[in-house]
Amino acid sequence: MKKITIVIFILCMTLFSDLFAAESGMALDSAPISTSDNASLQRGAESFVNYCLTCHGASYMRYNRHYDIGFTNEEILTKLIFTGQKVGGLMESAMQKKEGEEWFGVAPPDLSVIARSRGADWLYTYLRAFYRDDSTATGWNNLVFDRAAMPHVFYQLQGEQKLIVKTSDKGEQKTLVLDKQGEMTKSEFDSFVGDLVNYLVYLGEPHANARRELGLKVMAFLLGMLILSYALKREYWKDIH
Amino acid sequence: MNKIIEWIDKRFPLTSNWKAHLSEYYAPKNFNFWYFFGSLALLVLVNQILTGIFLTMNYKPDAGMAFASVEYIMRDVDYGWLIRYMHSTGASMFFVVVYLHMFRGMMYGSYQKPRELLWLVGMAIFLVLMSLAFTGYILPWGQMSYWGAQVIVSMFGAIPTIGESLQQWVLGDFTLSDVALNRFFAYHVVTLPLIMLVLVFAHILALHEVGSNNPDGIEIKANKNPKTGIPVDGIPFHPYYSVKDIVGVVVFLMVFCGIVFFAPEMGGYFLEYNNFIPANTLQTPDHIAPVWYFTPYYSMLRAVTVNFLWIDAKLWGVILMAASVVIFAFLPWLDRSPVKSIRYKGKYFKTALTLFVISFFVLGWLGTKSPTPLYTLLAQIFTVIYFAFFILMPWYSKIDKTKPEPKRVKE
Repeated sequence: MKKITIVIFILCMTLFSDLFAAESGMALDSAPISTSDNASLQRGAESFVNYCLTCHGASYMRYNRHYDIGFTNEEILTKLIFTGQKVGGLMESAMQKKEGEEWFGVAPPDLSVIARSRGADWLYTYLRAFYRDDSTATGWNNLVFDRAAMPHVFYQLQGEQKLIVKTSDKGEQKTLVLDKQGEMTKSEFDSFVGDLVNYLVYLGEPHANARRELGLKVMAFLLGMLILSYALKREYWKDIH
Repeated sequence: MNKIIEWIDKRFPLTSNWKAHLSEYYAPKNFNFWYFFGSLALLVLVNQILTGIFLTMNYKPDAGMAFASVEYIMRDVDYGWLIRYMHSTGASMFFVVVYLHMFRGMMYGSYQKPRELLWLVGMAIFLVLMSLAFTGYILPWGQMSYWGAQVIVSMFGAIPTIGESLQQWVLGDFTLSDVALNRFFAYHVVTLPLIMLVLVFAHILALHEVGSNNPDGIEIKANKNPKTGIPVDGIPFHPYYSVKDIVGVVVFLMVFCGIVFFAPEMGGYFLEYNNFIPANTLQTPDHIAPVWYFTPYYSMLRAVTVNFLWIDAKLWGVILMAASVVIFAFLPWLDRSPVKSIRYKGKYFKTALTLFVISFFVLGWLGTKSPTPLYTLLAQIFTVIYFAFFILMPWYSKIDKTKPEPKRVKE
């Protein structure tokens, strides 16, 4: 009996340790995520409406939800809304789906829950992995997402990268080097993308912080219940043993 | 108070039922850890029904609106995220609890005489649970909802002659579409829960007719106090097991809430990452994997790669998959052992059960992976082991060297 339990336990462990093994071919950089850092989230939100919202929507998200990350009504109206929408409106893209399909081949996906499907590390690596490639329609390619339909939106900030392919006996090794300097240094650009991805993680699940906070209270309550219910059980079971 | 109860008792069997099913229902006093999962399954069922009711208030069963309505629940409905996570976590935890409950039955021979019907009703509950999980998983209308359902529904198409028209009849369309979403919603929130409730009622009724088995696998009713007629190793369910089950419930809730509040996606196993992409009928994902609780059967579906006899590989896969679930129902007649509990069974049964559990886990793990030649070979080997556990049981359980059962339950 005990042996069976141990075998099952070990199997469970191997099963779950497997969850964290990366399946994609390329090693991803770890995104600096801190969903309690409101300053970072606010910077990310502003970059998001300036750079992303033109083509992508975040149409499950309302502007006034951003109270969560410390924006006031005024700030939302001045810093986030450029389309004359109301503060309770959804963050819809200015671009029509049909236009997107005509211009990029595919309509740019809605980004509301993109961090939940792609993961923060993938987004963080992807947004920093564009390089010049004259063979594509946009003139850009991406190391993480080959022939991505999206052009390099941040090229003025990051500059232009170029792909270096080294072949050794270990196989092909692809690296990116900066060819033309942009407005930002590498560390400035990394933290710019870091803030944006941090915001995308927030956008994917705006209630995540509230969820964890409530969770601690619920667990504390259950711990109290455990002590009480166990005491009750022991009291009753005294007559049995 | 007494007068009110008296008044009711004259019109409705309140006190007699309370006694028959709780305060004078005698359960063996040696229940261990494995006996928590029946009451926990009931708890999860209640959770699913209650949270489900609130979800239907804001969910829209419309292919154009379903995905957005789930996100609306997650963002704009007060505590909608909590209700949704309780429901999605509840779905997976239902299977965790039911698998452990079934494993308990297999360890202690709870399916053996006189509990065959109890086991069969349980099997029917298991089938309804699987249908509920399948129809429920379609509702968010994400990529995995859509393509997972596509795989399952296409199994109807594998049936010779009538397959294709049967598939169309089930879907109400040539492909999986809004029509199917609507009807699966109806099954998920009305038809299947109703059947489930009736079956659970029958399960408890059957249990209370024959009485609970226990880790020693001996009948406590065989040894009654001659004066009172109460089994000497039995104790009233209420208050002893009601207070004990409350402890179990609290511990379970700690695990459950740990997931709901701190890891609702459970590493992509409870909520798959790809299901956060809205269903796209034109783009098949590279890798379609069902939710974890279906992966062992999914592995067996994929394990058959060659046409055999006059039946092609796909149909064999479907047959094997169906058989892998239904075969549990035959356990009462496959087990020829003179003893019930694993405590008194011999080496053969213990080895067989261990191998079965290992194959269940390995097949489950393989079902989450994209097939490679090695994985397919492994799936084939473990499918054989999985079925061998059942098919060889009449033989190994008969020749197995068992230990004598005790007269009274052990403390």
